[in-house]
Amino acid sequence: MNVKMDPLIPMIGVVTDIRTDTPDVKTFRVVGLDGKKPFEHIPGQCAMLSMPGIGEALFSITSSPTNEDYLEFSIKKCGCVTTWLHEITPGQQITLRGPYGNGFPVETELKGKDLLIIAGGIGLAPVRSVINYVRANRQNYGTLDIVYGSRSKEDLVDYAEILDEWSKEDGISVHLTIDREQEGWDGHVGFVPNYVKELNFDTSKTVVMCGPPIMIKFTLAGLLELGFRRDQVFTTFELKMKCALGKCGRCNIGDKYVCKDGPVFRLDQMTELPDEY
Amino acid sequence: MKKLNRSRIQELFAAIAAGQRLYIPADNKGQAQFLPWVEGLEMTGALNTVRSAKDLFFPQTEELIGFQVKGREIQLQEIRDPGEPFVVFGVRACDAASFAILDQVFLSEPADTFYEARRNHGTVVTLACGRPEETCFCTVFGIDPAVPGGDVSGWFAGEALYLQAATEKGEALLASLPMLEDADDAAVQAEQEKIRTVLEKLPLKDLNLTGFDGEHLMEKFNSPAWASLSESCLGCGTCTFVCPTCQCYDIRDFDTGHGVRRFRCWDSCMYSDFTMMAHGTNRPTQLERFRQRFMHKLVYFPADHEGVYGCVGCGRCLTRCPISMNIVKVAKTLGEGAK
Repeated sequence: MNVKMDPLIPMIGVVTDIRTDTPDVKTFRVVGLDGKKPFEHIPGQCAMLSMPGIGEALFSITSSPTNEDYLEFSIKKCGCVTTWLHEITPGQQITLRGPYGNGFPVETELKGKDLLIIAGGIGLAPVRSVINYVRANRQNYGTLDIVYGSRSKEDLVDYAEILDEWSKEDGISVHLTIDREQEGWDGHVGFVPNYVKELNFDTSKTVVMCGPPIMIKFTLAGLLELGFRRDQVFTTFELKMKCALGKCGRCNIGDKYVCKDGPVFRLDQMTELPDEY
Repeated sequence: MKKLNRSRIQELFAAIAAGQRLYIPADNKGQAQFLPWVEGLEMTGALNTVRSAKDLFFPQTEELIGFQVKGREIQLQEIRDPGEPFVVFGVRACDAASFAILDQVFLSEPADTFYEARRNHGTVVTLACGRPEETCFCTVFGIDPAVPGGDVSGWFAGEALYLQAATEKGEALLASLPMLEDADDAAVQAEQEKIRTVLEKLPLKDLNLTGFDGEHLMEKFNSPAWASLSESCLGCGTCTFVCPTCQCYDIRDFDTGHGVRRFRCWDSCMYSDFTMMAHGTNRPTQLERFRQRFMHKLVYFPADHEGVYGCVGCGRCLTRCPISMNIVKVAKTLGEGAK
């Protein structure tokens, strides 16, 4: 079918693999109709996925750009599109368009730095792309600390990858925590903000953070208390979007559009923005 | 400068409509709107249309793409309206200025090709405002209704309609209309003087927008006045639908039973589900939604567009808001020296 192109017109993709990560998170592997990776991206960028008749929604790309074969999306079941996605099986076609947004500054401000990655729950999805990018380009970065928390052991996304790969590599320290005591868990118990404070990180690190707004708020307060500056901390936002091109108006905060000026912001830039996220 | 006797205006419309579709502001069940001209359709006596001329470039609903879904396979289906050249006659200076604002949104990279095609297809013939109304405040935004802009500017002066092309598209249109005679601009200059005299008497001409800029963004955002300003807002969205610069849209799918059609339609930041996501909304009350609309027009848009406001002073929201709230009251309440 010959279709006149427009940024709003999607391409067709195929879901080739679906991994169940937690009771409500699945990771979807997507390729184009030609079997290849649909497009290049940088860590932290997003894509619009849709099923015609169900809806279209924005998701962060969780695979690293260094993965040359496919894109991956870790998606929590919570609305119309995500519920539909959780019911499909491999071989299902979907539509996608992207990549959108600025992404994390992996080649500039993060380069050469000791990194502290902080994630809560499904907030691991966008930062997993950073983690695997850093792992693939290890010589360009210093140490990597990963603090990751979730409600329970079962809710830790990518648990197998974290245990089998990340924890075993030199220069990477993984600090897991869950909200409440649980049988079979001998790791840390407690919320992410407190755990970050307890770990008392060296303030020379550059921080990449993603999680629920409440986690971001309290973790930031803790980091500032430890002596971190706002310009050392990067986070990524998610607001409702329809176009992802800075035109439909939904994700407008102050003079910024989260879809094109974000979704990654350095926290000192955000102090100039209305608190509407 | 070209001219034509006023009595021959239907002849002019017929000549334009012979080559392409022509829209003129006409009365429809008591309300002025841009209608396709058919023989005998007369121009409205109203100064401006109820809805702006933006519909012609950014229609209220518009189909983007179709899908055929068979089992687990999806096929794209072209359903885009290819459009055709058209002329819109009688656009006022405010609406003509709004197109430049919409251009900044839709034509900025990556350009919206649906809007772009309509802009390329359309020729805008404006009309100077001989009788501006007391709700008009376009001059606050540097718009001069005596020089109305567009591809062709038009003036009614005495018994004649004067037309002056400003773009190649405008030149081409005028060149295709043999009934036009050459004219000097003395009558237009006199009409412009007359219009400017009336403008001096308009009650809102001194609206002060000092301080509405990126420098004062947080100060304006945090003003306690938003609570009282938004208190009575019904969230009906009328202001956004009649506004020539409001451009927010929604994208939705419609399953026709024999395929899915993805369309976009106007939406409004005044609606409670505008920013609603599965996990909640970042603008939970009408205060935040109301504030967003006016902050966007008076502070955010200029901060991002070299001081250009997202308002052209057409006055439609002043006449249409069911609770008589409007951008002028907001600007006066939050403006320089206001308490």
